[in-house]
Amino acid sequence: MTYAHRAFIVLWKDVLTERRSKAALNALLFFSLLLLFIFQFTLGGDRERLTAALPGLLWLGFVLSGLVGLGRTFLLERENDCWDGLLLTPGDKSAIYLGKVAGNLLLMLIVEVILLTLFALFFNVDVGRALPALGLVLPLGTIGFAAVGTLFAAMTAHVRAREVLFPVLLLPVVVPVLLGSVRATDAALAGEPLSAVAQWLQLLVAADVIYVVAGLLTFDALLEG
Amino acid sequence: MIVDPHAAVDRSISARGLRKAFGPNLVLDGIDLDVRRGEAVALLGANGAGKTTLLRIAATLVRPTRGEIRVGGADCAREPEAARRQLGFLGHGSWLYEDLTALENLKFWATLGGRPASAAALRAALAVVELDRWADERVRPFSAGMKRRLSIARLLIAHPSVLLLDEPFTGLDQRGAKWLEEHLQAFKGAGGAVLMSTHSFGRGFGVADRAAILAGGRIAADVAVAPLGAEGVRRLYEVTVEEGA
Amino acid sequence: MSRILGWLAALGLAAGLVMAFGVAPREATQGNVQRIMYLHVPTVLVAYLAFVVVLVASIAYLWRRDPAADRLAHASAEVGVLFTGLTIAAGAIWGKPTWGTWWTWDARLTSVAILFVMYLGYLLLRGMIEDRERGARYAAVVGIVAALDVPLVHFSVYWWRTLHQPPSLLKPGPASMPDGILAALLVNVVSFALLYAYFVAKRVTILRREGEVLA
Repeated sequence: MTYAHRAFIVLWKDVLTERRSKAALNALLFFSLLLLFIFQFTLGGDRERLTAALPGLLWLGFVLSGLVGLGRTFLLERENDCWDGLLLTPGDKSAIYLGKVAGNLLLMLIVEVILLTLFALFFNVDVGRALPALGLVLPLGTIGFAAVGTLFAAMTAHVRAREVLFPVLLLPVVVPVLLGSVRATDAALAGEPLSAVAQWLQLLVAADVIYVVAGLLTFDALLEG
Repeated sequence: MIVDPHAAVDRSISARGLRKAFGPNLVLDGIDLDVRRGEAVALLGANGAGKTTLLRIAATLVRPTRGEIRVGGADCAREPEAARRQLGFLGHGSWLYEDLTALENLKFWATLGGRPASAAALRAALAVVELDRWADERVRPFSAGMKRRLSIARLLIAHPSVLLLDEPFTGLDQRGAKWLEEHLQAFKGAGGAVLMSTHSFGRGFGVADRAAILAGGRIAADVAVAPLGAEGVRRLYEVTVEEGA
Repeated sequence: MSRILGWLAALGLAAGLVMAFGVAPREATQGNVQRIMYLHVPTVLVAYLAFVVVLVASIAYLWRRDPAADRLAHASAEVGVLFTGLTIAAGAIWGKPTWGTWWTWDARLTSVAILFVMYLGYLLLRGMIEDRERGARYAAVVGIVAALDVPLVHFSVYWWRTLHQPPSLLKPGPASMPDGILAALLVNVVSFALLYAYFVAKRVTILRREGEVLA
C-alpha cells in the first residue's frame, strides 16, 4: 500500500508542478503546431500523399514531442539537489520510476490527442470512426515509449551532451514500438478492425511489459550518484 | 590525535581508513573518525578539503573507493538502505520544488519517505521552524533563510537518529541560527549524533563537542572543544591548515 | 590464455578460408560472390553471442557490482559492435553485385543495423561518463534493455517487411543445405567465435590494467 502511495505522490507532485508552471505543456503544444506546418511545407500540398503518410507522420510527431518531453523528466530533480533526496528516501525506489512513467504517459497522451486533433483539422482527415481503435493503440504505443524514455532520461540527466545522447539511446530501442504503433494506427485510420493487426498489438503489449519490468528492476541502480 | 576507539560505547558514525578518489584525484586519504550518540562533531577544513565528500559518503550518496564507514551500525556501502533509514542529510541543495507550497513540499517528502503525515502534523512541523504562516505559499519567493529552515523541517519530520549537515548555519539569520543551535542541543540530548561541517567559529559552534580538522585528505586533528574554547580551536585550525597546505 | 585463443583462432580462420574457397561448392546462381556468406553469417552469429554475453555480464554486474563483470560487458560490447559492423559491410559487399544495390531494407539487414546503432549508443554512453563506477552501472542498464529488445526488434522488422513485400532473397540456408556449405559455415562460425573470445580476452586485460593504474 505504501508503494502505491509513494508512486502516486511522485505523480501528484509532477502534475501539480506542471499545472502551475505549465512549462512543458505549453512548449510541447507550440512544438506540435510547428511540426504540423513543417510537415505541410516539406511534403507539399499533395493531399493523397499526406493522407497515405498520416500514420507515420502522426507517430513522427509523437516521437519528436516525446523526445522533448521525456528528456525533461528529471529536470526539476537536477535543481536543488532533489535527486539526492530521491536516492535517500528509504524503501523501494522503483515506486519513483512508476510515478514518473505515469506522469510522462499522461503528458504524452495529452499532446498526442491535441496533435491528432490538429492533424484532423489542418489536413482535413476524418478520424472520427477510428477513435475507439486509436483509444487503444495510442496508449499501448505510448506506454512503451514512456517506459524506456523515463529510464534513459534518468541516466542522461547526469551526463554531458545529454540532448544528443538521449535520442541516440532511445530511438533504436523503441523501433519495435514505433513499427507496431504505426501499423496499428494505419489499420485504425483505414477503418480495418483491430483483429487484422492482432500480431502487432500483441507485440506492443509484450514490449510494454518488457520495458516496464526492466525499468522497475534497474531504476534503483541509476539513482545512485 | 585520534580519539581512543575503545572509549566509545556506542558509535553512531564510525569511519575507518576511508578513501575516496575521483578519477586520478585523491580527495580522502584514510579517514578515521567516530561520532558517538549524543555528541556533535564539527568538521573543519579549507575549501575543497573534502568535508562535503566525507558527509556525502556518510549519507550513502557516494561510494568510498576504499575503507569503511558505518552509520547507526550499518555499513554505508554494503547496507545503504539500513543506513538511510536512520540518517538525515542536509546538503547545499534545498531539496525544494519551487512551484509547490511549503506544506506540499513537506507532504511530498514525508510520503515518499514512507511516513505520510496529516496536514495538521505537517503544519505543526512548519510551526516548529516558524514557517507556519507561509505554509500555503509557494517556495519560489522564499528567502534563503526560509528555504534553509524549510529544508531543516523536511529533515526532521523523518525522525532521524544521525544528522549529517553540510554548513547548516550558512544562510541563517541571528534568530534562525539560535533556533537551530537550540534544536541541535535538544537533538543531542535525546541521544542523536551530529556530524556537521562548518566554516564559522562563531555561529553554531557552541553545539560542537569535538572538532575534527580535515587537511591533506586526513583528519589532522581531533580535539574536544570545551577545554580549548572556540577561539582555541580556531587557532589550532589555522596552524594545522597552514602546515598541511 | 589469450595467446592460446589467438593461435586457435588463427588456425580456425585459416581452416575456414580453405573450407570457404576450396572445399565448399561454388553456388550456382551467384557465383563466387556468394562465398562472402562464410564471413557474413558467422560474424552476425558471433555478434549475437557477444550481445548475449553483454546481457549476462550486465546482470551480473548490477547484482554483484564486480568490476570483472563490467570489464567483460564492456569488452564484449566493443567486439560485438566490431562484428556487427563487419556483418553490415559484408552484407553490402554481397548485395552490390548480387542485386545491384549496396543496401536493401531487408528484414535481417535492417534489424542488424538497428542492433549496431543500439550498441554504438552503449559505447557512446560509456565514453561520456568519467566516473568509472557510474559508467558501469548505466551501461549495464542499457546493455540489459538493448538485449531484451533484440527479439522485439527482430519480429517487428521481419513482420514489417514480409507483410508488405515478398520475402527477400537473402534467406539463410534451409534444412536442405549441401554438406560442403554447412561444413564450411560451421568451421567459420567456430573460428570467428574463437576470434571473438581472443579479442575479448585481450580487451579485458587492457581494461583491468587501466583500472589498476587509475585506482
